[in-house]
Amino acid sequence: MKRFSVRLAIVLAVIVTAVVYCLPTFKTDLWPRKRINLGLDLQGGMHLVLEVDTAKAVQSTIDRNFLEIRDLARKSQVQNLSLERSGPTKIAVQVSGRENVAAFKQLLEKDLRDLRRNIQTEDADQLALSLDLADADADHIKKLAVDQALETIRNRIDQFGVAEPDIRRQGDNRILIQLPGIQDSDRAKDLIGRTALLEFKLVDEAHDVNAALQGSPPPGSEILYKVDEDAATKRASRTPYLVRKSALLTGASLTDARVQIDSQFGEPYVSIDFDKKGARVFERVTGENVGKRLAIVLDNKVYSAPTIQEKIGGGRARITGRFTMEEARDLAIVLRAGALPAPVTILEERTVGPSLGADSIRAGLISMAVGGLLVLLFMGIYYKLAGLLAVFEVLLDILLIGAGLAAFGATLTLPGMAGIILTIGMAVDNNVLIYERIREELRLGKTPRASTDAGFDRATTTIMDANITTLIAAVVLFQFGTGPVKGFAVTLSIGVIASMFTAIVVSRLVFDYVLTTRKVRKLSI
Amino acid sequence: MEIIKPGINIDFVGKRQLAYTVSSVLIVLSILSLIWHGGPRYGIDFAGGALIQVKFDRPAPIDRIKDGLGELGIAGATVQRMGEAADNEVLIRTEAAGVDTGAFIPALRKALEASSEAAVEVRRVEMVGPQVGKDLREKALLAIFFALTFIAIYISGRFEFKWAQSGVVALVLGGAVYGLYTFGVSMPFIILSALIVTLVLFWVLGLKYALGAIVALLHDVIITVGIFSIAEKEFTITVIAALLTIIGYSLNDTIIVYDRIRENLKKLLKTPLAAVINRSVNETLSRTILTAGTVFVVVAALYLLGGEIIKDFAFAILVGVVVGTYSSIYVASSIVLTWQERARKRR
Repeated sequence: MKRFSVRLAIVLAVIVTAVVYCLPTFKTDLWPRKRINLGLDLQGGMHLVLEVDTAKAVQSTIDRNFLEIRDLARKSQVQNLSLERSGPTKIAVQVSGRENVAAFKQLLEKDLRDLRRNIQTEDADQLALSLDLADADADHIKKLAVDQALETIRNRIDQFGVAEPDIRRQGDNRILIQLPGIQDSDRAKDLIGRTALLEFKLVDEAHDVNAALQGSPPPGSEILYKVDEDAATKRASRTPYLVRKSALLTGASLTDARVQIDSQFGEPYVSIDFDKKGARVFERVTGENVGKRLAIVLDNKVYSAPTIQEKIGGGRARITGRFTMEEARDLAIVLRAGALPAPVTILEERTVGPSLGADSIRAGLISMAVGGLLVLLFMGIYYKLAGLLAVFEVLLDILLIGAGLAAFGATLTLPGMAGIILTIGMAVDNNVLIYERIREELRLGKTPRASTDAGFDRATTTIMDANITTLIAAVVLFQFGTGPVKGFAVTLSIGVIASMFTAIVVSRLVFDYVLTTRKVRKLSI
Repeated sequence: MEIIKPGINIDFVGKRQLAYTVSSVLIVLSILSLIWHGGPRYGIDFAGGALIQVKFDRPAPIDRIKDGLGELGIAGATVQRMGEAADNEVLIRTEAAGVDTGAFIPALRKALEASSEAAVEVRRVEMVGPQVGKDLREKALLAIFFALTFIAIYISGRFEFKWAQSGVVALVLGGAVYGLYTFGVSMPFIILSALIVTLVLFWVLGLKYALGAIVALLHDVIITVGIFSIAEKEFTITVIAALLTIIGYSLNDTIIVYDRIRENLKKLLKTPLAAVINRSVNETLSRTILTAGTVFVVVAALYLLGGEIIKDFAFAILVGVVVGTYSSIYVASSIVLTWQERARKRR
């Protein structure tokens, strides 16, 4: 047994350290220490789990390759070529005729080296093969898509302005987003989930939209809709447009997007700037297609399709569409932050309003106080002074839990508060074990001193064995749990360790002090 | 003050046949209720779906709220009052599809305000997609299984010095579970068979303390789950957290009795095991009841005052405390004794 003063110093040091860690939570400007993080369920906020549709990223790579092969074949004048999508990630190619086969083979060697070939028939004037991505390449694209989505979403949230967002990858293709204290969760959700793929596509003026609606759109074209909402009746109307499939320009060529106000109608619109290459393409395209309409398409919805009046230089365009100021601002944000490489879906959402969080904290504190008071009463009556010591130790446990949460940067959640309340009930167990032992020894007729020593010695192994199993359950829970449940596991674990410390070390110290220094003859137990 | 007089000697061990009967009846009832209800009633955490907590600033009749939801095209939703009637708060449950867009909540607010003619505050939205729910179900079962396995190793080690034996058993079983899982065998089936194999192995290898503890824990978990099923309450992640806490708590109780048995066996070499066990249970009875009392009191405070969200969690722990206390008095040590008697007969 160590010297009394040494143990006293250790206990005091622990208490002082705990106070140092706990205080900033209540008085923020005291010293630069971290506060106890409140979970989203207590302070309000939004928790989202997104899944990136990585298969789509692979598919759109193949889409691009498909269009590229078609253009290349046209340029090298390959005839008798049939190109077909034979699956979401496969292109089937058939070429016949000696020259055509030779020309296409040259193409394959020169420009299409990174596609995997699966040749079905090959002779001098017949070639049939399918093209797709090698597995390693596809995996790489998938990984890249998630990385890029993570980065893009981070950018969007930064620009939206949320204090202390937490955005991280979860597993292979999931993204976890925590936005504490967010007020406008609906807007944030829209902002995060939008793919924001901006495309400029020429309207197919050679074919009739209505004919295409009845039958099927001509090859190389597709039907996209413009959705308008009537301000008065709130009825949405859909206008079909027949547009060319291949995009002339995409949002990837943007350098900036800003909200501006139309001087004529006072309506906000989004002004976009192209980079150098984009500006050149835009100038050429508009020059070549004067009189035709250019559809501005965002996420496969037509926003507007103005007729090109003249060649547009300077690399600037505007997106109009009867936006509210907020909509225009959000659109500018997503365009600046860039498109998501693949669509995302929300797998899980947990949003708690700030008022509910405050209610939960209040209810938690009330039940903590009532539970604590009942235990105090119970222990005081049953064990008298020693019982009050146990209750004091429970208070110390709560302080230590708070310090532990602050020190590890852990988060206090609603189940975590329940964990603290549970600790109030379970922590006295260790004292009960010790006290019952001491009572047993006293009954055998031993002196208070001898009974105390024997009681503590015997109860210590019991306490160890009993608490370690609870710790095992808590650790497994931590491994398995998500957000709130993790918070419960953390408070339970710290609570178990803290109550072992207070029951074994602190109680012993007080008993020793009472028996040795004050020379008490009869224990109040 | 004393509740249990020192020197008390209640014949717990002698009534173990009765205890086995009571426990068996409870377990059978639990399983029957689960079968009757077609498995546990999963909350949205495990089944997927959406849950929206809405507060009105004045009383809003449920059928008006349902009208509003009908206009939105979600007719299949259930609407349930929360808390006191004066809170004007309801919980709406519906499918996950559709809730996952930013436009849904504003539309919902508008529709509800129109139909109820009250100001609406959306206080909580929880949406879990079906895939997430399935993942979580599997993880929860795995967590319970691994918690039991680790605890079994610890008990065998501490009480019978059979670290190696129980460790190997646990390792092989854990490996088998993981292997089968990667082969795509259904998780409930794997865990159920793994648990049965565990019990049989522990019986054969004579790891009697771990066997008793695990039986007691399974007993507590099954009965708590059964009472949840009978009360038609939902299983959520927090309820799983409560189940694991019950495992920890009930084990705590069991170990304290075991600890006393271990100590008394050293002291009372000539006394038959049944008497030693009975004496140990009696000696720790005061502590068992006291601790169960304090835990029960604080959790009851949590149940009554802690708010709606935490209510089911508190309920599970309340049930668990009662069942866990009973099982550590009547079940855990009785299993040790039963094993011992069978082993002697064989010899």
